[in-house]
Parts: sequence; structure tokens; C-alpha cells
Amino acid sequence: MGMGSDMYRQQILDHYKNPRNYGEIEEATFTHVGENPMCGDEITIDVVLEDDDETIEAVAFRGDGCAISQASASMLTSELRGKTLDELHAMDRDDVVDMLGVDISPMRVKCAVLAEKVAQDGADIYKGDIEDVDITRTEEDDADVPDDA
Amino acid sequence: MSTQDAEALDVAAIREDFPILEREFNGHDLVYLDNAATSHTPDQVVDEIARYYREYNANVHRGLHQLSQEASIAYEDAHDRVAEFIGASGGREEVIFTKNTTESMNVVAYAWGLSELGPGDEVVLTEMEHHAALVTWQQICKRTGAECKYIGLTDDGQLDMDDARDTITDDTKMVSAVHVSNTLGCVNPVSELADVAHDHDALFFVDGAQAAPNRPVDVEAIDADFYAFSGHKMCGPTGIGVLYGKEHLLESMDPYLYGGMMIRKVTFEDSTWNDLPWKFEAGTPVIAQGIALAAAIDYLEDIGMESVKRHEERLAEYAYDRLTEMDDVDVYGPSPEQGRTGLVSFNLGDVHAHDLSSILNDYAVAIRAGDHCTQPLHDQLGVAASARASFYIYNTEEEVDKLVEAIEGARDLFA
Repeated sequence: MGMGSDMYRQQILDHYKNPRNYGEIEEATFTHVGENPMCGDEITIDVVLEDDDETIEAVAFRGDGCAISQASASMLTSELRGKTLDELHAMDRDDVVDMLGVDISPMRVKCAVLAEKVAQDGADIYKGDIEDVDITRTEEDDADVPDDA
Repeated sequence: MSTQDAEALDVAAIREDFPILEREFNGHDLVYLDNAATSHTPDQVVDEIARYYREYNANVHRGLHQLSQEASIAYEDAHDRVAEFIGASGGREEVIFTKNTTESMNVVAYAWGLSELGPGDEVVLTEMEHHAALVTWQQICKRTGAECKYIGLTDDGQLDMDDARDTITDDTKMVSAVHVSNTLGCVNPVSELADVAHDHDALFFVDGAQAAPNRPVDVEAIDADFYAFSGHKMCGPTGIGVLYGKEHLLESMDPYLYGGMMIRKVTFEDSTWNDLPWKFEAGTPVIAQGIALAAAIDYLEDIGMESVKRHEERLAEYAYDRLTEMDDVDVYGPSPEQGRTGLVSFNLGDVHAHDLSSILNDYAVAIRAGDHCTQPLHDQLGVAASARASFYIYNTEEEVDKLVEAIEGARDLFA
């Protein structure tokens, strides 16, 4: 089987069907929402910081969308606990793909990175590093389609 | 139509003309069911493109040399071939070559809409319009102060003609509707719509992108003022669209693009315009693509458009029946008895259409997944996206069976 079936290995399906950290934290330090307009994927992430205002104490997400976007949010929120905002900020697309442990086809990368971008934008807005945006949207160029695609 | 016109297709022979259908990947033979997005191109058309570039490639109209004369004649004749295909008795003067259906829409929106529309005027669309019309008229209305209105759908996914008669009024200046819906698969009563529009002195634009490839079209029987379609959905290449317009309307409209080719006389102070259709084809036009479109029409008419239509309807009915047999599959649009062309949009339970399409790709089954450029319609259906299987002359019932097997595989994975 090709790239597609690899993309839906047991781990992804498990996180999609039984998402971890799914829900809402009312006392969140910051909350941010994002969407992937092409797919209709939507994710909201709540983050609670420790007293140092830097270390992530708790994370929750809720949303709707394809298996890749929702499984990615489930796995990312599990990874983030105990990390600092700087460590979150340093994450890139490769980290997300490594986390998912599967090859993501070029057209689906924007589904995979949605949760990471929402968390990063939420943190950057909280710290005042970027201007407040109502909603984060993943763009086509996140897909990084190779030249021979 | 004679019975000969509606013979069953010799699909095995047709498939020989499309070597791309021999592709295999992921251990399966390709099952290409994304024809409403783009169809494949038969060898006869590919050969014609190659012959143009190998034998008589030249710019048209302006050259006096042999190659330019040959290219000019072939390019101009291609307009006549298209006119004949859609029943435009005015010939080439009523056939403008564009890039695609969307550009055809924009030609009219800019050349006619910007100067003719104003506050108090209305443009009437349908809720099943493709973004090609919806976004274009919506934005032209914003610029002119006119208002966009939408004809609703019946509960069984067809155009509500009672609502059409209520929505189209004396304030309506333009009615724009799809001939065949790219999402619901329904065939709209365009001739009836034309009558309603004309009763109110409105013009009628038909988006034929999903109709011209699969059924006989007669623009004069419909009484369409404008009719648009794309070459790449009907065995032609990409980069070629058609805008049919009634000659007196095209005559009355100013050009949409300015530049070379479209002029008659130019001074530093002013310019006058070339004859139809060249007035609307500024710059070096789509020469190879236009000639190839004529070859694609030859190919399709050799098969017979009535036969193409029957073949699609038969496959659509078979697919509709097989998909509706599955309890957890939602199928959108009318039943085959109510009139349906060769496409079926659906969803498998809660599985996102993009996930479904990715998994179907494991079985080498190619379908479209997304909103099919009808986002407001998907909002109406209450879903973010849908999967769509669409058929053409080379598809078989066995391929529909493979689609169903692949959907069952996806269901097992997500169970």
C-alpha cells in the first residue's frame, strides 16, 4: 500500500477516535482558535501556564475536522505539557511530522500543522510578539508541495 | 434522436484511446472517477496538439506567410466547429475563446455587468451555483450597487422553479444558472428559466461546464443569451474555454481586455475594435488549445452526444443505487428518476471527505473531496465537505464496484 494507508496507521486512528486532552479549560491562561478553510478543519486550544508564566501546565483542545488534523491536535497537546513557550515556538513542520510518525502527503500537511500553528499563534499573541488575530488559518504554502508534485 | 445516436458505447474501444487509464499505483489499476474536475484527453486530441506544434505552429491573423495562414484558418475554423456543436447559427461571431468557464463568466460580468448594473438592479443566481458565477456576480454587485439574489432548492435537491418565478422580477437584469450542478448532479430546466428571465427583460447566462461534456446542447433551443463551458472537461486540453453570446449582445458590449488583435485602428488618441469574436480575444489567443478543442468535439460527436448522455446516466443510476444501498452513506441530490447526470456526491458517516479520498487513493480510486467550489451549497447541506465520484465515456460499472469496495475498506478502517 502507498503513502495514503501509511498516513492512517493505527496510532493516528487511535488518537482520532479517542482524542486525548479533548475539552475545555475555563481558567486557561490563553485560548486561540484556528481553521483550515479548504477542509473545514477547526481547532480551539486552551493553555494554562505555570506561575513562571513560561512553562505549560495543562492543555486542552476541541474541534472538528479530518482525522489528520484532529489526531495531530491530540498528540500535540500531549507533547506540550511541561514544555516552555520558547520550546513551543521552536517547533516546526518536521517536528509535527515526526510526532505523527507517518508520511504526510503534501496536500495534507496543512491539516497536520493546524494544531501547532494555533498553539504557536496563541502563545505569540499572549506574549505580545504578534498582533492579535481572531483566527489562525493554515495557508496553501504550508503544504510545501515539492516541485515534481 | 435516432436510435443510432444513442447506441451503447464501445467502452473497451474508447479506453484504447486513453493510455493514461492503463496506469497502476498502490498495487491497483487506476479507477479515475474525477471527471467533473477534468476529463482525460484521447490520443486523437493529443496528436492534434502535437501536429500543430510540429507542422504549422505560427501566430494567427497577422502573418502573411504559409504557416500563419494555415494556423489562422485552423484557429478560425475551430470557432465555427464549436458554433455548430452548440447550435449557434451565427457561427464564429458568436463564439469567443477564453481560458475557461470562469473567464467566460468574467468577460460578461466586466464587459456587460459593470456598465449595465446599478443600484436597484438585481442579479439572480441559484443556491447551487459554482463559485465561478457566485463570486463573480457577488463582487460585480458590490461594485455597482446591484443586489444578488438566490433561487432556492426543493427538499429533494432540485431547483425550486416556484421560487425562481418569485425571485426573478422586473428589477432583475441578469439570471445566471448552472445547466447541470457539479455537486447535486441535477439537470436544471434552463429553457424554462430563460422564459422566466425574458418575461422580465432580464438576460440569461448558462454555466454549461458540467453539461456541454455529456449531453447535446442547443443554445438557441434553450434561448440562452450567454452559454459558457470549458474544454478540459470534454476531452480537450486545459486553457480553453468558450463563451457563446447572442451576436447583437456581443456587438453592444465593450471589450473586456484591451491590446493587440482586438483592435481595428489605433492612433495615439483613440482606438476602434475588431469584428466579433476577435474583439474579445486580446493578445495572442489560445491557438493550439482552440484547435484541440475542435478535435475533441470531433471525437465526442463521432461517439454521439446522445450516447454519451445515456452512458453517463446509466453509470450515475448504478452508482446512486449502489451507494444508497449502504446505510451509512448519505447521497446528495435528486434520484436518477428525477434526472441526474453522471456524478454522485456523498459522505460516509462521520468520516471527513478528505480522509475518505486519501484512503480511496490506496485503492487507486481517484475522486474529488472538498466543497467542489460550492461552499454556500455545502453550508445548506449542513456538511463541510463531500466526496464526489464523476463518470465519463471510458468508465464502467466494474469501476463503480471498485469504488464501493474501497468505501467499504475505509469504513472498516474507521469503524
